[in-house]
Amino acid sequence: MSSLTLSKKLYKAFFITLLLVFALAYLGPLYVMLTTSFKGIEEIRNGNILALPNALNGSAWVKAWSSACTGGDCYGLAPYFWNSMRIVIPALLISTAVGALNGYVLSQWRFKGSNFLFGALLFGCFIPFQVILLPMAKLLAWLGLANTVTGLVLVHVIYGIAFTTLFFRNYYVGIPNELVRAARLDGAGFFAIFRHVFLPLSTPIIVVSVIWQFTQIWNDFLFGVVYSGPGTQPITVALNNLVNTTMGGKEYNVDMAAAVIAALPTLVVYIVAGKYFVRGLTAGAVKG
Amino acid sequence: MFDYLEKQLPKLILAPTAIVTLVCMYGFIGWTAALSFTKSRMLPQWDFVGWHQYERLFANPRWHVALDNLLVFTVLFIVIALFLGLMLAILLDRNIRNDGALRTIYLYPMAVSFIVTGTAWKWILNPGLGIEKMVRDLGFTDFEFRWLVDPDMAIYTIVIAAVWQSSGFVMAMFLSGLRGVDDSLIKAAQMDGASVFRTYWHVILPVMRPVFFGAVVILSHIAIKSFDLVQSLTGGGPGYASDLPATFMYTHAFSRAQMGLGAASAMVMLAGVMAIIVPYLYSELRGKKS
Repeated sequence: MSSLTLSKKLYKAFFITLLLVFALAYLGPLYVMLTTSFKGIEEIRNGNILALPNALNGSAWVKAWSSACTGGDCYGLAPYFWNSMRIVIPALLISTAVGALNGYVLSQWRFKGSNFLFGALLFGCFIPFQVILLPMAKLLAWLGLANTVTGLVLVHVIYGIAFTTLFFRNYYVGIPNELVRAARLDGAGFFAIFRHVFLPLSTPIIVVSVIWQFTQIWNDFLFGVVYSGPGTQPITVALNNLVNTTMGGKEYNVDMAAAVIAALPTLVVYIVAGKYFVRGLTAGAVKG
Repeated sequence: MFDYLEKQLPKLILAPTAIVTLVCMYGFIGWTAALSFTKSRMLPQWDFVGWHQYERLFANPRWHVALDNLLVFTVLFIVIALFLGLMLAILLDRNIRNDGALRTIYLYPMAVSFIVTGTAWKWILNPGLGIEKMVRDLGFTDFEFRWLVDPDMAIYTIVIAAVWQSSGFVMAMFLSGLRGVDDSLIKAAQMDGASVFRTYWHVILPVMRPVFFGAVVILSHIAIKSFDLVQSLTGGGPGYASDLPATFMYTHAFSRAQMGLGAASAMVMLAGVMAIIVPYLYSELRGKKS
């Protein structure tokens, strides 16, 4: 009996070691990005990719933020960081608000054809965006929004609504319809019920929706590269340009600092609200 | 009048979404489909030429490279991510009660964009200064690791980076599935003397079938749409050795003034996604009703 427990303990120790080894492997790229970003160019050329930096040299960070070249101009990532913010914040607020109202109707105020609309919308979560890229470019040009931040906000709202509606609809479907009926008997209207009954219950799903949209839009590259022009590019496009700009020698430390800057907002969101992040990810797959 | 309006309110609220969905999803798909039957190059033009663009597409060796790459990438990406995700989930589930920190570590790559992922791995896999140099510094001076610049191997670097980015997500899906498995099922199996392995294989995994399918659908969806990762890691290169349909479409529609051909390739991508999604959605929605 005791030998059994011993072998069990050994197994357990082995498995935990395995888990820790994997944890190190997953952390590896972040470690390499951070250490490389603090090294000097000579240190990178002569040293080892896994070595710690000799000293904390922040000059690559300053350059990545304010003076690195991203294709045509050399203002660093800062302007594009703010471009991304100016795209992300309105787009996520609008798409979450619209998604909440849509979900409220689709779950509590169903009418003939509303389920069909939901199905049609759901399919939109899955279409490869390549199939709408060309006509959308036409539409933006026609609206005079080609190469503008407003245009990108519009695109992200349009193609984000399918997801936000899905989140809210699946969340509100779990709230009994009797609540709405009772409130209506008391004389409350459509918006009053939404505001006083549903909104107070919605905090978790609002967080899921906001985090999902923030991550999706911040990390978007396809819409950014197709629909932005010089000066309105989001940070993902600027990072890609920065890394592929071949003026002078390659500065891997600046590349890595820039990559960390581009990843930082979504990483912070993930670390602060990871629980909701996971819920958003799985909500798309396992529909409640 | 006011009553009527109040009654119509739910429909009014949904109207903008319905219109936008109709125009910007289905209308645009129709527009792209129509475009794929025309000669359009720089600008859309409406001389219909039948299946000509599709014939050109499938006669194009670059498109075949993209399709082959997609197959290799999708299969490897899904198999490895599923294997790693399931393994980590099972190990976490059985061995560690308080797994918050480890779970956070496995999942954080999912918060990082494919552009950042590609940038990081491009540096790690750098033939001169990355892993190759590290191993050489250890004394193996003949060690070679230059997949990034090897036309036959470049596609596998995309697999590596994509697995790193997405396998934690599979782990999270499986873990929430495992935590939902009824404990009495496991106890019953163990009472019958089933080994841990057999318990998982015959009792727990079958219960997790929906999670499994969900993960496969999401991963194949990520694979077909893969664009950013290729752009940032290999740029589709060397040459066009690591092209995928998504990068093929972008290159032809936007930089090579081959709009009709690009539209045709986009329609083929849509057909591929639909072949996976429609049966999945159908079974999901039907399963809900019964």
